[in-house]
Amino acid sequence: MDSSAILVEIPRLRRYARALLGNRAAADDLVQDTLERAWARFGQWRAGSDLRAWLFSIMHNLRVDQLRRRGAATQAIDDDDGLLSTRPTQSDALEVRDIESALGQLPDEQREVLLLVSLEEMSYADVALTLAIPVGTVMSRLSRGRERLRMIMAGQPPAARLRVVR
Amino acid sequence: MSNYPISENDLHAYVDAVLPAVKEADVAAYLAAHPDTAERVLAYQAQKLALAALFNPALDEALPQNLHALALPPPEVRAESGFMARRSLQRIAAGVLLVLVGGAAGWLAQGQYQAAASIARLSPLARQAAVAHAVFSPDLRRPVEVGAEHEDQLVAWLSKRMGRSIRPPRLGPLGFEMIGGRLLPGNSEPVAQFMYQDAAGQRLTLYVSTENTANQETAFRFAQEGKVNVFYWIDGEFGYALSASIAKDQLARVATAVYDQIEHK
Repeated sequence: MDSSAILVEIPRLRRYARALLGNRAAADDLVQDTLERAWARFGQWRAGSDLRAWLFSIMHNLRVDQLRRRGAATQAIDDDDGLLSTRPTQSDALEVRDIESALGQLPDEQREVLLLVSLEEMSYADVALTLAIPVGTVMSRLSRGRERLRMIMAGQPPAARLRVVR
Repeated sequence: MSNYPISENDLHAYVDAVLPAVKEADVAAYLAAHPDTAERVLAYQAQKLALAALFNPALDEALPQNLHALALPPPEVRAESGFMARRSLQRIAAGVLLVLVGGAAGWLAQGQYQAAASIARLSPLARQAAVAHAVFSPDLRRPVEVGAEHEDQLVAWLSKRMGRSIRPPRLGPLGFEMIGGRLLPGNSEPVAQFMYQDAAGQRLTLYVSTENTANQETAFRFAQEGKVNVFYWIDGEFGYALSASIAKDQLARVATAVYDQIEHK
């Protein structure tokens, strides 16, 4: 790993962490933890492989550990569009159209995928690698996340089931 | 149009512009025939743009000292350099392989590349402009990044970021006053959006892009995306798209005025 390559990735890690956590200080703490863990494990990184995906996967694993320590539910919720592990927001009816507060109302798993695709513009396959989940799961989380966000922004409670286009 | 069904995954790949050109044209045709789905897709495109506009400024912020320092290995790592945890490396490699096998199986194997602009039913310029209009024109709190009262700063800032001199047209004689502008993420380069408003509060946006304009000159073209009407054209190195939810003939008059001012500047 060389320093200039890492330096290029730090702003991207910050942007993602801020969008994920909705809190600037907590986001920078997560970035710091990510970089420290990356250096502690730099022997695991193979020269020539995708540094960005590797750093994002470290951040993802740290985040999962954090939620686990806090006792928050982190089991997969793909079959149940429940309200598990959404992050706290101060949203009220007036703010509901605000994309930032709407984002905060998504389950963690959906928010991660949505942000890696939307902000990072990662391919679906890279998102699957980064999060260590199958591509099918990436697509279902993306689909649920986008639809849920749309319903929240439209001021409607999220639909229990998504219509499937035939 | 092919006979293959359009799947939910296709719609998302369309939003993310990763479909092969032929498939993208199929989806565009499908959307043209299914307004409800088209509206849903437009909302997803708007989400993506709004997220980028909200969080991309974080990329330009100066790094805090503690993070900047971590671009270099911390002292304890430097001391141990060469150390390597082989067992966990093997575990990671095995996990990566499993995911790769799973990922390679699906329709994603078709790979991703940008569709040829000429094949998409609605031009990317018109589509992006309509989405940007739909996202920002209803915003009451912060429709623009820099207000018209700071027009000099706005012009200097946008020109610098676009790498070219760019100046908003004056539409006062047509009843529209500029309220300001903002910079938006394009596919590869930033784009500018100027926003205008008439006495009734009706808003109109002018989207100025330098993407995909090489060697193309076009006359006015008209497109409709949901409730948003768009006139767009390419002139020199700029693509322009004027969007508003106003009648086509009224929008055409404004577009003509914009075109004339740019021509005779």
